[in-house]
Amino acid sequence: MSQQAAYTPYHPRWHRTRVSTWWWLGRWSYFLFILRELTSLAVLWFVVWLILLVRASIGGRPAYQQFLEWAGSPILLALNVLCFALVCLHVVTWFNLAPQAMVVRVAGRRVPGWCIAASNYAALAGVTAVVLGLLLMRE
Amino acid sequence: MTDHITLRVARYRPEKESEVTFQEYELPCPKDWVVLDGLNHIKDRIDGTLSYRWSCRMGICGSCGMLVNGEPKLTCATFLADYAPGPIQVEPLRNFPVIRDLIVELGDFMSSLTRVKPWIIRQVEKPVSEGEYRQTPEELDDYKQFSMCINCMLCYSACPIYGLDPHFIGPAAIALAQRYNLDSRDEGAAQRMEVLSEHDGIWGCTFVGECTKVCPKHVDPAAAIQRYKLQAALDWVKGFVMPRAAQ
Repeated sequence: MSQQAAYTPYHPRWHRTRVSTWWWLGRWSYFLFILRELTSLAVLWFVVWLILLVRASIGGRPAYQQFLEWAGSPILLALNVLCFALVCLHVVTWFNLAPQAMVVRVAGRRVPGWCIAASNYAALAGVTAVVLGLLLMRE
Repeated sequence: MTDHITLRVARYRPEKESEVTFQEYELPCPKDWVVLDGLNHIKDRIDGTLSYRWSCRMGICGSCGMLVNGEPKLTCATFLADYAPGPIQVEPLRNFPVIRDLIVELGDFMSSLTRVKPWIIRQVEKPVSEGEYRQTPEELDDYKQFSMCINCMLCYSACPIYGLDPHFIGPAAIALAQRYNLDSRDEGAAQRMEVLSEHDGIWGCTFVGECTKVCPKHVDPAAAIQRYKLQAALDWVKGFVMPRAAQ
């Protein structure tokens, strides 16, 4: 409705409150939600990082060395530390939300939510251990 | 323990105001009074012009949902003493147009609710002579949580997505759709999916999770929506990998 009608007992005039652009600063839970959504950018950055690393590896030793020097610059180190922290937040928030989205039944009984979250953390720990193992073996 | 408390109540009288104003009332604060008792005291003893909805006073009807100090609450289940020494601010539910004082307009929700067909749909009805549709306790457990919704609208008030996009079908309507999808007697999941797979349906939800936190009946609408999304994604993958089987 572009124009509000005048009030009459049979033609009420509703009051509508516009949602502020800064609605997400009004409550801690809304702010955490926006932060969680923004952590996806950190995940995207690490995907790009991995692609660049693979490209440098394919390019031979000089390209790889150049990549390592670039990666060691203070700005990139700071960016990667920040992104790592954001990715950790991404992991924790989504793993903790997973039980709400998943209903898993074993032998007809519903698996408790904490088991689903714990299995996600266990899988993450397992994959991390394998990657660490591979890295340490090469050294 | 304070014996009096101040209620700061939002007023909107469309015949003479174009904006919401606040009016303060000093009330007694017995430990067994809820916010709704305070409003009834104002209406009966102080100011008969105050308008608000209520009915059962026991968390069943879902009529008395309001913002209490900015939080969506059933005022019949929110004790004044918990907010002592006050003041307590009472406002109409967020994200809805206000008709008068603490009364909001629920037309959008009512039309969303009918769109998701929250009733049992059968392809072919069984003759009455064949008896009732029986269920095991396990089958009842599948949907019981989602059937506890009392349409109090607290979840819509807490949902920022509904505030930003009033076309979003919203938490309670989707939870009720899921309640019937999970019912072993129902055969209408495909019909509901047509509505809920639209942009304004399940994919509008970004899992803020506030709907679940404010629900007075522990319905967990956020879970209902995420499970719907998971099911929709699995159906899509099945259709993509095994198109014949999906048909």
